[in-house]
Amino acid sequence: MSAVLIVVALTLVAVGATAVVFTPEPARQAVTLSVFGILLTLLFFVLQAPDVALSQLVVGTALVPLMVMLTVHKINQRHR
Amino acid sequence: MSRRARLLVFALGAAGLAVMFAFAVAGMPPFGTSEHPYRDLAVPAALQHRTANVVSSVNFDQRALDTLGEEVILLSSVIGTAALLRPTRRESRRPATRGGRVSDSTTLLSYLLLPVTVLIGLDVVVHGHLTPGGGFQGGVVLATAVHLLYLAGRYESLQRLRPLSWYVWTEGLSAASFAVLGLVGLALGSGFLANIAPLGSFQSLLSAGTVPILNIVTGAAVAGGGVVLLAQFFAQAIGTTQLPTRRSTS
Repeated sequence: MSAVLIVVALTLVAVGATAVVFTPEPARQAVTLSVFGILLTLLFFVLQAPDVALSQLVVGTALVPLMVMLTVHKINQRHR
Repeated sequence: MSRRARLLVFALGAAGLAVMFAFAVAGMPPFGTSEHPYRDLAVPAALQHRTANVVSSVNFDQRALDTLGEEVILLSSVIGTAALLRPTRRESRRPATRGGRVSDSTTLLSYLLLPVTVLIGLDVVVHGHLTPGGGFQGGVVLATAVHLLYLAGRYESLQRLRPLSWYVWTEGLSAASFAVLGLVGLALGSGFLANIAPLGSFQSLLSAGTVPILNIVTGAAVAGGGVVLLAQFFAQAIGTTQLPTRRSTS
């Protein structure tokens, strides 16, 4: 049972990571990165590491995408 | 360096890494077995200090020195970001523009979620020695919670609720307290960051000795550091404008 869950979570992570790589624009990439963060959280949770899952959730789905968004916004300002 | 040379250097590095990685993977214990030498040592050590969350025991008791190192890494990266992103002479602070419409539902949701998120953050920090979570996770929750105000469409109210100097001092003083607690352990206990506080009874809020204290200190440091870090990005993206410049200067 848990082996099936691990395989499913790993597959989702692989699909999510590929989606991030193939997202064309950095601003959109921040959104797919955030979704990827949730999938990675799921994997850590399935692997019985709730502490790491929590860290991944707060950093990977909120903090990093927000910093990417703000940086992209700033760069677009400069090029206008 | 030419493209060819760069590719060659990359190929050499990649091949070296592949060999080392293969050796490392081959030497690892198999995935998912019941043999865990580290667990067999860490769990009894955690129980001995009445810490229900073994991960917290490892982070803040058995290997607290590593956590102090991580705290210093966070502190230096915040300082580095603040130094890099400070407004240059060619940029000027500008009052935040009213700009962008925010839908009423987003505003309402943000205001509703703000107290809930702060509460969750505090809960994760305070119960770090009992349940999954701790100072780092709770601290990041607290740091992001404050920014729900921005999501609600009010950069001005974010700035008002966020006197940045408070967070700067919180970050600095908390990181310093972590080191001071370590020195107290050195003076009164067996060594630097030794668990010297009364251990209390297993699974109660007041247990695990210095673990919850270090968790709270770390939570304050991470929350302060996170807010200061994000503030630099916000100030650059929203709070500054590029002044028209002569081309020759850049």
